[in-house]
Amino acid sequence: MTIDWSWIGDHTDDLATLTVSHLQAALSAVLLGVLISLPLAVVAHRVRPLRGFLLGISNVLFTIPSIAIFVLLLPVSGLTRTTTVIGLTVYTLVVLLRNTVEGLDSVPAKTKEAAKAMGTRPLRTLLTVELPLALPVIMAGVRIATVMSISLVSVATYIGDGGLGQLFTDGFQRDFPTPVVAGVVLTILLAVVADAALVAVQYVLTPWQRRRA
Amino acid sequence: MYELFKNLGSWLTSGAQWSGSDGIAHRLAEHLQYSLLATLVAAAIGLPLGLLIGHTGKGAFLAINLASFGRALPTVGLVVLVFLAGGLSMLPVYVALVALAVPAIVTNTYAGMTAVDAGVKDAARGQGMRGHQVLFQVELPLALPLIMTGLRLALIQVVATATIAAYVSFGGLGRYVFDGLAQRDLVQVLGGAVLVAVVAVVLDVLLSTLQRFLFRHRTA
Repeated sequence: MTIDWSWIGDHTDDLATLTVSHLQAALSAVLLGVLISLPLAVVAHRVRPLRGFLLGISNVLFTIPSIAIFVLLLPVSGLTRTTTVIGLTVYTLVVLLRNTVEGLDSVPAKTKEAAKAMGTRPLRTLLTVELPLALPVIMAGVRIATVMSISLVSVATYIGDGGLGQLFTDGFQRDFPTPVVAGVVLTILLAVVADAALVAVQYVLTPWQRRRA
Repeated sequence: MYELFKNLGSWLTSGAQWSGSDGIAHRLAEHLQYSLLATLVAAAIGLPLGLLIGHTGKGAFLAINLASFGRALPTVGLVVLVFLAGGLSMLPVYVALVALAVPAIVTNTYAGMTAVDAGVKDAARGQGMRGHQVLFQVELPLALPLIMTGLRLALIQVVATATIAAYVSFGGLGRYVFDGLAQRDLVQVLGGAVLVAVVAVVLDVLLSTLQRFLFRHRTA
């Protein structure tokens, strides 16, 4: 199997476009996942009976194959980017919800009591005490969800989207390995870069953790 | 929408759809065969590796990074790549499925081993147990619940991904998904997708019940 380097040279523009589109799909899904899982996690954390229920639902959703989720969404949103993003979001929910709940659980009870004793209102305690302290665990979930989404975007190639995944279909149909190799390498690179970027974001957001590290 | 679900219902329940070489029963058997074989091979690779890393404490960096590499690897690309390199056989599908399952098994086995109380291991050594005795009689039994979780996770992922076999012209439940997509037959696509999801959920429930039954005496 030889790699046709001139093909890569001729298609740098296409590769760049696909990479951007790939990243866009994955990041939209993670963002949407965070927006949905954050309030749900707060509810699951505060209302014990709902906790098992919410985590259970997200676990069941996770067992549905990604291609099946995309296909099941076809009657609703058709062969569009929306289908890709919704499908990926469903997958991010399991990791994000579980980690956010665990993060909120890990906040010491004494810290919350201290906030209460100082007269801090519950909502303000949540925003300025609990969430910042839960951030490391939440960010660990965001990192996993991001890497997973980046790898899963390519599955959406079966429904006509898929970013870099289109290179796999293209290479397969023409019996031409170069685009496939380029697609695999770029997907992994994208995942590594995104993961490193999130580590940097976490470093900036949690200055109090730096001295310990 | 209602019409679609009615058609889907009759597709899933019609006797003709279940029999023959293109029938659901046969496709289901193929799907289970791919999934179980791939998970078995992955376990044969991942379990010893995870146990070794956990027991010796060497290569922890590898165990942790393997997980995130495994998540980043695009399965579709891997199947197509091995297919183009190796020609038409089931090998590409198995390579991709095993590559998907090994990281989950290694990291969970490793996690289970590290969760074993250091005091318990010291006590075992203090009683004069050899390295391999500590591994097989103390660490392994204590790490078993997490190891099982890893195997379960791997199997579910493999079942979901085995759909891909149909993409490179083999069988399994993915056949309906890809044939349906090619023929623009939404009912068939949905039927295949629903079946894969049901198999994944049923296996997950079965294995977690088995797990709970096996470890019913444990508190943790």
